[in-house]
Amino acid sequence: MDMLSRVGDALYWMSRYLERAEHTARVLEIHLGLQLESFSSSSQKHWERINTSLGLEPPEGINDIDLIQWVCFDPSNRLSIVSCISFARDNARQVREHTSSEMWEQINKLFHDVRSNAVQEDWETEPTDFLRSVRDGAHLFQGITDSTMNHGEGWQFIQLGRFIERATSSAVLLDVHFKTFHPTRAATINFEEHSEWIGLLKSLTAFEAYCKVYTADLKPERIADFLLLSDEFPHSIRFAVDQIDTVMRALPRSKRDGGNQPARLAGKLRATLCYTEMDEVSHTGMHEFLAGIESQCSQIHNAVHQVYIDYPVDAALEA
Amino acid sequence: MTMTGRALERRKFPAPFSNYELGDPFDEMFLADGAPREHYQEIYDFLLQLPAEELRLHKQAADQSFLHQGITFTVYGRDEGTERIIPHDLLPRIITAQEWGKVEAGLEQRIHALNLFLRDIYHEGKILSDGVVPRDIIYSCKHFRREMRGVHVPKGNYLPVVGTDLIRLPDGEFVVLDDNLRVPSGVSYMMTSRQVLQRIFPRLYQACGVRPIDHYGQALLATLRNLSPDGRPEPTVVLLSPGVYNSAYFEHSFLARQMGIQLVEGRDLVVHDNIVYMRTTSGLRRVDVIYRRIDDDFIDPLSFRKDSILGVPGLFNAYRTGNVTLANAIGTGVADDKALYAYVPKIIKYYLQQDPILQNVETFLATDPTHLNHIVNNLDKLVVKAVGESGGYGMLIGPHSTKEQQEEFRLRILEDPRNYIAQPTISLSTAPCFVDGGNIEPRHIDLRPYILYQGEKSVIVPGGLTRVALRKGSLVVNSSQGGGSKDTWVLN
Repeated sequence: MDMLSRVGDALYWMSRYLERAEHTARVLEIHLGLQLESFSSSSQKHWERINTSLGLEPPEGINDIDLIQWVCFDPSNRLSIVSCISFARDNARQVREHTSSEMWEQINKLFHDVRSNAVQEDWETEPTDFLRSVRDGAHLFQGITDSTMNHGEGWQFIQLGRFIERATSSAVLLDVHFKTFHPTRAATINFEEHSEWIGLLKSLTAFEAYCKVYTADLKPERIADFLLLSDEFPHSIRFAVDQIDTVMRALPRSKRDGGNQPARLAGKLRATLCYTEMDEVSHTGMHEFLAGIESQCSQIHNAVHQVYIDYPVDAALEA
Repeated sequence: MTMTGRALERRKFPAPFSNYELGDPFDEMFLADGAPREHYQEIYDFLLQLPAEELRLHKQAADQSFLHQGITFTVYGRDEGTERIIPHDLLPRIITAQEWGKVEAGLEQRIHALNLFLRDIYHEGKILSDGVVPRDIIYSCKHFRREMRGVHVPKGNYLPVVGTDLIRLPDGEFVVLDDNLRVPSGVSYMMTSRQVLQRIFPRLYQACGVRPIDHYGQALLATLRNLSPDGRPEPTVVLLSPGVYNSAYFEHSFLARQMGIQLVEGRDLVVHDNIVYMRTTSGLRRVDVIYRRIDDDFIDPLSFRKDSILGVPGLFNAYRTGNVTLANAIGTGVADDKALYAYVPKIIKYYLQQDPILQNVETFLATDPTHLNHIVNNLDKLVVKAVGESGGYGMLIGPHSTKEQQEEFRLRILEDPRNYIAQPTISLSTAPCFVDGGNIEPRHIDLRPYILYQGEKSVIVPGGLTRVALRKGSLVVNSSQGGGSKDTWVLN
């Protein structure tokens, strides 16, 4: 059965918001851990970096405790974890008959759990418990999705939302980090910054995976290589773009003008990441390279919207 | 026990029925002398030996299962917690095969007559020229759609999906209270309650010999496919919902899944050259039959309410051209107008030359001067209903009302008599319900069977939705007013 455009759109956003919630929870959890290491840069700078990485603009003069509250729970913050989960659930609710009941039950449970008062009372003493439960809940949802839903068109839109969000938010996180810690080629990492680099890897669940490839010997260039270009690690940008490209091959190809735009853009980005080496990235400049990835992801998003979701009726009748 | 002059001495009920009181209303489980009715014996024995704690745990498990499955409805006019699970009572309501046989035959007859009536008033209007039903009542009804005059409706079927409300009089007879010919809801609660009960009381269910209801989805789809426009042998059927914020959204989604059809919203549909399409990721796809769960008013901003953002511009023209079928037809609300209700027995007689199998509740029309007099002088005894409202809104229940409320209604009735009818306050029958504290007490209930009308014959799944007024003594069973549901078992 053909899928309604609105359904594709809702599945995409459901998945994208949940990925965002999980990303925010992960980054925040690591960040709170790092703050325990008192020698790291001042708390305020630290927070500024986190806020930029997560695209957050907290109210002026907010204190640390309220800031955590704001990032986790505040419904007026459209990017708070609870807001993201709530948007994800709203989208899921609109398309219940296109997901499995197991998926709905999990996302609904996650929503009720994070909103329940018990959680909100607990978080101040143990915010990591809350953050971990979000991460676990999102992982569980992804696992349930992959194992209970047809891997048909709807699932492809879920994949797309997940990996566009992952590629974009990882690119921003890397950009902010590399801007702050200006690595010079082959430089060793000084003692103060060591934990920041571990933090970066852990923020993308990459520390153990990195060590398996390069041992615990941390070098900025290797870290960049791993997080940007690894074709095996699921939180690398290259991996995410590979998945986006796979989705584009699986979606029905439109015969209308511009109908092959999403596939073309995804193929082009994949080729870039596939055939680029770290030397060239350094040559282009890390920031320019990451900004390029971000803008291409956003072009892919727009192209998908124009071809599959919000196409003009007249053009569709002619085709 | 000492013998008294009375022949019957009420037994004292054992736990968990210790607080059970029998009054004037018909009780579904107990005879007047306190002995359980034969068809309730099985469940009665079962409940006597079931530890109270276990019943409570069952109840909790069922509630959890409802919440996690998202079986909820929306209460309007509240900001917080607008989504609630429908309160659900664990104890099934039981109807014997014999009682059901009469209900079934009565409903079949009634819907058939109402369908003939609709076809008549939107075409020749014979019943009006013969003076059986006054013209006034039709033309003053806000649900009458002039635009439908002379419109051909596939198979002449205006009413494929109906959910009629029945109640039991104190003598045990089922009578019709409300016809619900527009977009009746609740069938999903009937089906999900059954699933939950089967899981919680599997042995009891089996021992009682209950007729199945799980073919409803399939029967509904067959009914809808049968109404395909001419020349469309393999119709695409969709369910049109106002969307996720509608109180019955869960049901729309549930039914779409049961039938394996698309759940669409107005914004998913476009009309081009009087053909309806849905917007899919692979392009536009033609739509043939729309099971619409949107009221007439909102279905097409070009033909009806201009401010509707739920509908589809141009849909009514496509419908009138015969390129798409709407189920139910537009304009059926004229036949479930609460004032027209009083004429249904005559309508049955007129078209079918038969006496009605199911009776009406006695009804006073405020438009009739003698009735009006009776109504305003007996507001403390009557139930007054606004004809255009449903869902338990706009109602006065005399015996439970204050003098101020009665006065307010008196003025409203005198100002707009066409908008009001009144009926005697009938104590709906009572059935055992599991209440807080672990006891079982009687609560008032009604019954809404779901009828799939397919012309001469109908498919009626055995039972339907039993709605229950969970507040002690309350007679209002609507879910928007604190009512709940019960599974309904029709026995073999």
